[in-house]
Amino acid sequence: MRKSPTLLLAASLAGMLLATANGYAQEQQKPAEPTGQELAFNNAKGNCLACHMLPGDPKAVTNTNIAPPLVGMKARFPDKAKLRAQIWDATKANPMTVMPPFGRNLILTEQEIDKITDYVYGM
Amino acid sequence: MKKTLLAILGASLLFGAISANATPEQDRKELLDYFKHKSPNVKFDDYVNGAFIYNADALNQYNSIMEFPPFYTVVDQGKKMWETPFKNGKTYASCFPDGAKNIAGRYPYFDEGLGKVVTFEMALNSCRKANGEDELAYDDMGTMGVLTSYARTLSDGMRMNVRVEGAKAVAAYEKGKQHFYSRRGQLNFSCASCHVHQAGNIIRTEYLSPVLGQTTHWPVFRGGETLFTLQKRYEGCNKLVRAVPYKSGSEEYNDLEYFHSYLSNGLPMKASVFRK
Repeated sequence: MRKSPTLLLAASLAGMLLATANGYAQEQQKPAEPTGQELAFNNAKGNCLACHMLPGDPKAVTNTNIAPPLVGMKARFPDKAKLRAQIWDATKANPMTVMPPFGRNLILTEQEIDKITDYVYGM
Repeated sequence: MKKTLLAILGASLLFGAISANATPEQDRKELLDYFKHKSPNVKFDDYVNGAFIYNADALNQYNSIMEFPPFYTVVDQGKKMWETPFKNGKTYASCFPDGAKNIAGRYPYFDEGLGKVVTFEMALNSCRKANGEDELAYDDMGTMGVLTSYARTLSDGMRMNVRVEGAKAVAAYEKGKQHFYSRRGQLNFSCASCHVHQAGNIIRTEYLSPVLGQTTHWPVFRGGETLFTLQKRYEGCNKLVRAVPYKSGSEEYNDLEYFHSYLSNGLPMKASVFRK
């Protein structure tokens, strides 16, 4: 099957233009990746501030008294993996806890849990 | 030491309350004791004020809003609905003893003939049906909600007096209790998680209301204007914990309201109030 070289050229040019346009549009629309702090504050994501004070972060606005304040985390969790596991499913360590099982119930993605763990671990 | 005692009491309450052997009256008394220990300075009757009992500023705000409620026109509209005769000339008042004065506190009750729990809203619909009118949708705040915003005020001051007698009634109560204490939704909360164990604590910036008194003051006007019936609020609570809500008027919610209301027995009713 023979194709006209002019047509082929036109098609590939159009394709390139489209690709560029799409790439540009995607770059414009793509929201900035949320930080661990943003994920921790967002009430549709980690919503940590609903139940935890974060005295180490002046931007954390909450009056809660439900769960322990997130402070001195490195001393409390020498093993960072244990902190992550606690966020992933706190009911494992304490079946009575009211803390939602963020990983087990897919409330947060694994990457989001990593980011929140990093953020909280710095407190 | 006090905290430890409370924790033990809380834990024993949780397990005690789910045990099938406790009678409704034992459940209620256990909860009363729990809240007495938790908040020794709160008077029993004050539990009708919900989360405001934990915050003097919020209670003052509530009291000043209730002097001239922004929603009084809605309650007036409900009064008109209540007084407007059906096509056959009769009114809602004709369906209830004493024109429906001091009656809402006896609802929900278990109807042996029907074999199910009957709420006050169901009684309003039965009245309509008996008089040749279409029933109102339980989740329609513009009709059923508005109607109850007046009809329930006829029972203001009456003490909640829900009865659970007989094996079938107890079974319905137990189903409601099970709903109340079961974890649900993606966020894995039970009603009790927030309104028993964490009642009086602050979730981000808001106090959590105690289960005691929760059924005495419906409908509410959230933010001073948005009308919610009790079961509409159940839908909202279920959604908040990311569970699929049941429908207003469903047997699931009727049984829950039955259990929930029994716990407030003895508290004074006050319909159509402001809530945050």
